[in-house]
Amino acid sequence: MRHRRRTWIPGLLLISPSLILLAVFVYGLIGWTVNLSLQDRHNARPAKGYVGLDNYTKLFTSDINDRFVHSLKNLVVFTLVFMVGTIVLGLIWALLLERRAKAEGFWRTIYLFPMAVSFVASGVVWRWLMNTGQGDSAGGINAIFHGLGLSFLESPWWTDPDWGMAAMAVPAIWQLSGYVMALFLAGFRGIPEELREAAVVDGATTFQLYRQVLFPQLTPTILSALIITGHMSMKMFDLIMSVSGAQWLTEVPAVYVWQTLLTRDYAKAAAISVFLLLIVAVVVVPYLIHVNRSEKRS
Amino acid sequence: MRLSRRVAAVAVAFGTMFATVACSSSEEPGEGSKKVEVFTWWADGGEKAGLDGLVGVFKTDCAGFEFLNGAVAGGAGSNAKQVLASRLQQNDPPDTFQAHAGAELSDYINDDQLEDLSAQYTEWGLTNAFPKGLIDNLTVDGKIYSVPANIHRANVLWSNKTVLAKAGITKDATTLDGFFADLDKLKASGVAAPLALGKDWTQQMLFEALLISKLGPEKFNGLWNGTTSWTGADITDAITTYKRLLTYTNKDRDTFDWTDAEKLLMDGKAAYQLMGDWEAADLDAKGFKDYGWSVFPGNGNTFQWLADSFVLPKGAKNADGTKCWLKTVGSATGQAAFNQKKGSIPARTDVGTDGFPAYQQAAMADWKTATQVPSCPHGSACAQTWQGAVGSAQGKFSSDGDVAALQKALASAAAEFGPKK
Repeated sequence: MRHRRRTWIPGLLLISPSLILLAVFVYGLIGWTVNLSLQDRHNARPAKGYVGLDNYTKLFTSDINDRFVHSLKNLVVFTLVFMVGTIVLGLIWALLLERRAKAEGFWRTIYLFPMAVSFVASGVVWRWLMNTGQGDSAGGINAIFHGLGLSFLESPWWTDPDWGMAAMAVPAIWQLSGYVMALFLAGFRGIPEELREAAVVDGATTFQLYRQVLFPQLTPTILSALIITGHMSMKMFDLIMSVSGAQWLTEVPAVYVWQTLLTRDYAKAAAISVFLLLIVAVVVVPYLIHVNRSEKRS
Repeated sequence: MRLSRRVAAVAVAFGTMFATVACSSSEEPGEGSKKVEVFTWWADGGEKAGLDGLVGVFKTDCAGFEFLNGAVAGGAGSNAKQVLASRLQQNDPPDTFQAHAGAELSDYINDDQLEDLSAQYTEWGLTNAFPKGLIDNLTVDGKIYSVPANIHRANVLWSNKTVLAKAGITKDATTLDGFFADLDKLKASGVAAPLALGKDWTQQMLFEALLISKLGPEKFNGLWNGTTSWTGADITDAITTYKRLLTYTNKDRDTFDWTDAEKLLMDGKAAYQLMGDWEAADLDAKGFKDYGWSVFPGNGNTFQWLADSFVLPKGAKNADGTKCWLKTVGSATGQAAFNQKKGSIPARTDVGTDGFPAYQQAAMADWKTATQVPSCPHGSACAQTWQGAVGSAQGKFSSDGDVAALQKALASAAAEFGPKK
């Protein structure tokens, strides 16, 4: 009995700093934010009282210009383009390298390297690359098109009112595709060599080998890639701030939180934050449960 | 065994770290009630130089007190505003803090956080030293809560003289029609986008200048105090004209800050830019001499002002010291020392123009005789929540040009954040 107590005390001691940190700075502050989002604190003054879910419903019913819905729409466009883009590019690169390409390590580094750059730094560069000037005042990529006589390819990039957010996803795709490639590559390498050999012995073509044998084994990898890119994209803030700054055209919920916070509408900022947390949780929590279960099974 | 000892050591180290964090507290000002903590976001550049000038005057005028610099740098004041909000919440106000004069103070006033300074205005003779229009804009329910240190003008149209000369424009337009005619001339002379413009808040500045021309100063003032309706046909007309004006501006305006638009003007790619008069100091600093200025066409002698001001918070530890600081801020010597360095003009009308650059001398002359109106993006006309909503609405209009939607958004913003009737 005594012996057993001794074994768990150091363990508890070891994790207690992080437990305390998490309790205070993550769960404590989430609780604080939820509490704030239920009050009517819309300026520097203290709240007068609780208003229930008003701050949440108002986001959808009476936000000027439907600003919040617009920011959600931007987020959906961004997320879809970003996720599809990274997964398609990542898969293509992984397939190329998986075919035992020469100097694989070199190419892997090249593709993976953009991930090492911070969103802020790449945002500043892409802001210049995606310069929206056209014709004689073109800059960045538009200037290249203009110089090559391909003026019809010049684009307003992120300033396009409908599809601007798709352009905004380009730098993010550039940064994260290499990471997704690494995930897929690890997935391919995790498939036992015997399976391939067996398929080849059975006379499967290369296409059949991938379609029937290898891809089905990659489902967990694709799921991980979707979850990781998806939750990154939903919280996207730094890239957008450094490419366009905070403004209507490219506003997503995270930027909207920042804007309302700066104008001291604390309750509204809290409500948007909690909403954002919830939609991320809807995606991430089932995944965590799934991972947990499959770990237990194995 | 060795491992668990190491673990314990780590745990202890963490614990100590926490304790240190918890115990270290901020330096307490106001000791012996001689120090006056002045909270600003003037931490560098011309603003810091201006503050230093003011402190110099304070040292001689208020020899019994000591200046304590409470400046919080960064983010154009946004960092400082966050720090200030939490300090006010904890009932630990600085002895005085910087804030845009006018409506931006309404949050603090409504929360009963500021002392009324009307008596001091009479005592220090500020009531007569400031123009009546400014006093009217500052007065809330018969009381005044702040002392402006400086004045900037928002409705100034800057121009590139060479580009204008090339298009054969020799005189500044004084009406909107004249302005449109000049813009057409410039287009004909090969300047594709003669009016340089930046993103949302700069668009709101341009729109307000146009509103002043369309409505006149009295009705314009009414937009912010609730006596003029945002839903009227005159506003629709103004927005339609504004939409036409946007066709003369650079298409990539939403990607520009005001300094990017300023560069178009300097490079001769644009002829005009509407911007506040901090542009004069900036153009001078960048060594560009070929600029001209006029009030926005049709604004007449309307002076759209914005100002930095200081207040006396309730519960300030050293109220006497703060009053002495405020007296210095409002004094002719204090205003001269501050504004010559910051590149703005004194709010007082009785400060000599000696030592001020050319633009400021002209602005000081205008200030005496002009009709004062406030500005929304700069806090003199509306509080911060209102500013945010208006800036976002302008950003949307810049991309979709939906006149009805802009008017509706502006009206809803006024209803939601404006003065309640």
